[in-house]
Amino acid sequence: MRKLYHFNGGVHPPQHKSESTRHPIIKPPLPEKLVIPLHQHIGNTAKPVVSKGERVLKGQKIGRAEGYVSSAIHAPTSGTILSIEQEPVPHPSGLRDLCISLEPDGMEEWIELQPVDYLNTDPSTLRNRLRDAGVVGLGGAVFPSFIKLNPSNRKIRTLVLNGAECEPYITCDDMLMRQRAAEIVEGAKIMRHMLQADEILLGIEDNKPEAIAAMKAASGDEMEVVAVPTIYPGGGAKQLIRVLTGIEVPAGERSTDLGVQCFNVATAASVYRAVRYGEPLISRIVTIAGNVANPGNYEALIGTMIDHLILQAGKNEEENVAIMGGPMMGFDLPSVRVPLVKATNCIIVKSEKLFPKRPAPMPCIRCGRCAESCPADLQPQELYWFSKAGNFGKAQEYALFDCIECGCCSYVCPSSIPLVQFYRYAKSEIWAQEREKKASDLARIRHDFRIERIEREKREKAERLAQKSAKAGSEQE
Amino acid sequence: MLDAILVMSGLALFLGSVLGYASIRFHVQGNALVEKIDAILPQTQCAQCGFPGCRPYAEAIAEGRADINQCPPGGEANIHKLADLLGVEFKPLNAEHGEPKPKSLAFIDESTCIGCTLCIQACPVDAISGAPKQMHTIIASECTGCELCVAPCPVDCISMVPVAENISNWKWKRPSYLEQDAA
Repeated sequence: MRKLYHFNGGVHPPQHKSESTRHPIIKPPLPEKLVIPLHQHIGNTAKPVVSKGERVLKGQKIGRAEGYVSSAIHAPTSGTILSIEQEPVPHPSGLRDLCISLEPDGMEEWIELQPVDYLNTDPSTLRNRLRDAGVVGLGGAVFPSFIKLNPSNRKIRTLVLNGAECEPYITCDDMLMRQRAAEIVEGAKIMRHMLQADEILLGIEDNKPEAIAAMKAASGDEMEVVAVPTIYPGGGAKQLIRVLTGIEVPAGERSTDLGVQCFNVATAASVYRAVRYGEPLISRIVTIAGNVANPGNYEALIGTMIDHLILQAGKNEEENVAIMGGPMMGFDLPSVRVPLVKATNCIIVKSEKLFPKRPAPMPCIRCGRCAESCPADLQPQELYWFSKAGNFGKAQEYALFDCIECGCCSYVCPSSIPLVQFYRYAKSEIWAQEREKKASDLARIRHDFRIERIEREKREKAERLAQKSAKAGSEQE
Repeated sequence: MLDAILVMSGLALFLGSVLGYASIRFHVQGNALVEKIDAILPQTQCAQCGFPGCRPYAEAIAEGRADINQCPPGGEANIHKLADLLGVEFKPLNAEHGEPKPKSLAFIDESTCIGCTLCIQACPVDAISGAPKQMHTIIASECTGCELCVAPCPVDCISMVPVAENISNWKWKRPSYLEQDAA
């Protein structure tokens, strides 16, 4: 038995996981229309490489990765490009973003796939393959995986696979581990090869005995499957690394600096499919739960409308209100007429009974329960004062950016203060200030340069004139 | 008596030389106060303050020739910062220098542009690309929204377009809070 460590704080919200694990993963019928956003990952928006009216094949690249931190986007099925326009996307703002709309032709005609033998391939080639295949972290952060698979002179000892799935309602990783354990193991082997890691640890919360059994059966000697205690947010990358290895990642450092890299299990499976079969990431497993007749897990094409999926799960109402992600960290979708993206791990249809209205906030009574529950060892009450007062510099001094926005503080607050919402607000204000600062620094440099150039031109003109007159003077003599 | 004079003058000589050395060794390049003021100013270089750019305005504030409330793009937030820095009272924006406006970028109607280069010469940050008798266009990422290009245009083809909210510049709102800010 491996010795397990623990992190401070955490909470035990009701799990609601059994409802959506009653039946295997379902493949919903092909929708009539797909809307594929070009910005589904951290980094730069992909650049469209198809035009309106063009016929595309399943798996064909329709958006090219732009710049280093970016990822490609592919056609989830064969069909015709209807438009490349601004469409509503699943984002808390309710704003539109550039999307490619595709009308499926029902033929499901694949592009020619090019499998790779990873053991005889250079890791750099494999990274380019993953970038071109649009593989990003499927745990919710959607960071391009190829960047995390570049050890760049750091020795990675431990590859941690994250199968903890600590948030209530979400069961997509659980079902993936139960049904496709072998794919995860093969994907993990490819990742180990790319990182030259010594060991693989797979952490699964002990409320998923079927998944643990399936993964143990599939992994053989390749990796160690570890049952970790069920506590939210045990599936946070830093929290899981702490529990499995005892390593606490210090503020401002990354786990890779300490020889540990962490990936979600679904990402491992998509790495396997991208390398072994050459298949790009065009679908994902999503949990549809909450106020629906038939909660479950659906393997949906990227770009499927969320209301289409809710309908599959047996809820036929015009005005559904839904959360994307879990109840702790997810956000209310502005509308269910938005497409499924690579980050969509779960859709929870809300009801008054499941999600009663939060009582009105009361003054902070300084009970300290938020600090006790904080898994990042922060002082949430202090961060709250500073964020509320707009004293963002002070909030940063109190390590605001170490907050993982897990929402434990808001969950335990007896005064129902929307604590984590204040931290999100403070973070986005700080980012906006930094953007402005950057822009004004750039303007200063360009202005100074312009003044210098104008002076130089004046000087050079004067010199030329002086030379000319001197020449004219000497000729006269 | 003599001892006391000797000790005191010796001390004075020693401390004087230490101070003299320190003033050379730790000499601050440029005017530190001007730098600090300039860092607060928004660098739009719009000259609404009455000076030909942010730095001249910063120098004027440092020398007491200008007031801290002459910068409309900086708005009240910047006046507060300047007041804090200089240890003076906050005063509301002087309306003579203009009103604060939402951040805008210049936009050239390319079908009307005649390629006269007057706007290029007016732009304080070289954010307009073009050549004589060739179409001009704004490099949006460099434009500060100073409006200095608008007036010189002989065909009025430059307009100021407010920056719209999009996914990349969107911000979380401050939670609506019913505590009446009691605590």
